[in-house]
Amino acid sequence: MAGVPQTPYKPSNKVLAWVEDRLPIGSFLSSHTSGYYAPKNFNIWYYFGSLALLVLVNQILTGIFLTMNYKPGAATAFDSVEFIMRDVDWGWLIRYMHEIGASMFFIVVYLHMFRGLMYGSFKKPRELVWILGMLIYLTLMAEAFMGYVLPWGQMSFWGAKVIISLFGTIPFIGDHLVQWIMGDYIPGDATVNRFFALHVIALPLVLLLLVVLHLAALHEVGSNNPDGVDIKAKKDANGLPIDGIPFHPYYTVKDLFGAGFFLLICAFFLFFEPTVGGIFLEHDNFIEANRLVTPEHIKPVWYFTPYYAMLRVVPSYFGTAIWGVLVMFGAIVMLFLVPWLDKSPVKSIRYRGWMTRTALAVLVVCFVWLAKIGSGPGTDPSEVIIGRLLTILYYGVFVLMPIYSRIDATKPVPDRVTTHD
Amino acid sequence: MTKFGLIVLTAALAVGTAYAEESEGLLASNSSVGNIAGLQRGAQTFFNYCSGCHSLKYMRYSRIAEDLNLSEEMVTKNLIFTDAKIGEPAMATIKAKDAENWFGKAPPDLSLEARAKSPDWIYTYLKSFYVDPSRPVGWNNTLFPGASMPNVLWELQGVQTAELAPAKPGEDAHIEKLVLSKPGKLSPQQYDETIRDLSSFLQYVGEPAAMKREAVGVWVVLFLAFFTFIAWLLKTEYWKDVH
Repeated sequence: MAGVPQTPYKPSNKVLAWVEDRLPIGSFLSSHTSGYYAPKNFNIWYYFGSLALLVLVNQILTGIFLTMNYKPGAATAFDSVEFIMRDVDWGWLIRYMHEIGASMFFIVVYLHMFRGLMYGSFKKPRELVWILGMLIYLTLMAEAFMGYVLPWGQMSFWGAKVIISLFGTIPFIGDHLVQWIMGDYIPGDATVNRFFALHVIALPLVLLLLVVLHLAALHEVGSNNPDGVDIKAKKDANGLPIDGIPFHPYYTVKDLFGAGFFLLICAFFLFFEPTVGGIFLEHDNFIEANRLVTPEHIKPVWYFTPYYAMLRVVPSYFGTAIWGVLVMFGAIVMLFLVPWLDKSPVKSIRYRGWMTRTALAVLVVCFVWLAKIGSGPGTDPSEVIIGRLLTILYYGVFVLMPIYSRIDATKPVPDRVTTHD
Repeated sequence: MTKFGLIVLTAALAVGTAYAEESEGLLASNSSVGNIAGLQRGAQTFFNYCSGCHSLKYMRYSRIAEDLNLSEEMVTKNLIFTDAKIGEPAMATIKAKDAENWFGKAPPDLSLEARAKSPDWIYTYLKSFYVDPSRPVGWNNTLFPGASMPNVLWELQGVQTAELAPAKPGEDAHIEKLVLSKPGKLSPQQYDETIRDLSSFLQYVGEPAAMKREAVGVWVVLFLAFFTFIAWLLKTEYWKDVH
């Protein structure tokens, strides 16, 4: 962390010292662990960053093993997944770990993002940390979408068809773009193979790069905390923040406990309800892709349903359905802009007034309710009205942010962090 | 943790739980992959009545033998009605081309039927057949109207007839209930048992790993609970000096 003097890492072992003189890998690691001072008042919301990293590692490791038996291709994909589930030793465990991991990734990322919004972790000087995090979220969505196509079940096929055809709404080039993405007129063999390439190598590389940048940016400016207090403002005689503690060992042991608890929950799902009631793994995806049979309800997996609901409730105007697509992508763009939409002098929700609290609560209600609408059949006309209202409210939270965050009452922020456990 | 955050999280969890799908109008099959004897009976019913037309293309006979505590000889003698070898998957006796000619479309593979629908769906489906002379095969089904499949279990179940509710003005008459007009070889209770076992067998076929999964899961959960407890003790010990 900038401004914290680092104790030079001097290994006593001769071999390590030899390496250290040529490549200061030990200094690098120690400056990001025992040399990184984090606020001592992190609460439960601060587990989700390290948990996201844990899930990322899980996805990569289980993904490598799945790749050993998965066979991309419209004729082979579905069979090879069943081969993994039945004939590969412990293949079912690896596949379920990857499947549960995908959904858990979004759960921890959504909670992590909510934490950032709640405690103002996107505010100066952490704008880039937020932007990089949002890019991770965007890449993760592309990664998850392409991964869901690979088992080549009915939902893989029809989900891919619906989502890719969104690009068809772009004027003039739309239809050509859709064919270019799919490599065919409908999702087919070419689509599975290119999505496989993107899912297992291209996007994971981007994801890893972004995660490194996200952490590098964070460690440069230092972590925020539930009070939104700058811990670097108060330092002791050694130049160390009074309210800071070294990440290692304090937060490594705390996160170890968090990881254990988190894995316990994952294990409950994995071993006792691996499809999580058809939410994490949809029933229709146990039927092989068939372009002649349309499933009763085409819906994406739960983590995309809020945006999918927005897409569905926006009507077509002037003979094009592009408006729904714009609203859907705009909802994500709004999140990118938050560091500049928020004008409050105060970071944390603890010292903000009722307006900001209400707005954040409205955002959560909109997101969860839209998720519910998006996962349903979408045939209830009252849901369309509610969905439109929720979409407007969702946008309202962001568009009106410069106003309400400025006029909202604030409480005095203490000099030092207040609570810790 | 802030009270605000707690409230939001609780609300989100509550909605999330309500989100789980409900099965509409299906009878509870009470199927289970834990009862080996039941699975053996289900396998017997399947291969005697279903495997003529329906394949289990992802299921090897040898795997059935292993999981259901049957010897390979017993499986070869009692369950294999094709010229398949023990290590091969269970294909239907009928040729796909013939099936397509006779039924309009080939009967579907049932390897994943219990996962794509549910064991309850299968159980309900097999209780919902009734005589309908207007259909090409002479049978119809209340759960899946217009099904191309006849009631192959009629010898066991007997023959059900639809009893219509009087039509209201402007509406078609609808089926009120199915009544057993001609009893079969089995009593209704015995028939329910038979198709419960059959549903359980197809549940097992849908996910053979399920038998092992829960047994392994208990140990994993116990280990993780122990690990989490130790990690919590370690955390408390380290954090003693944070004031």
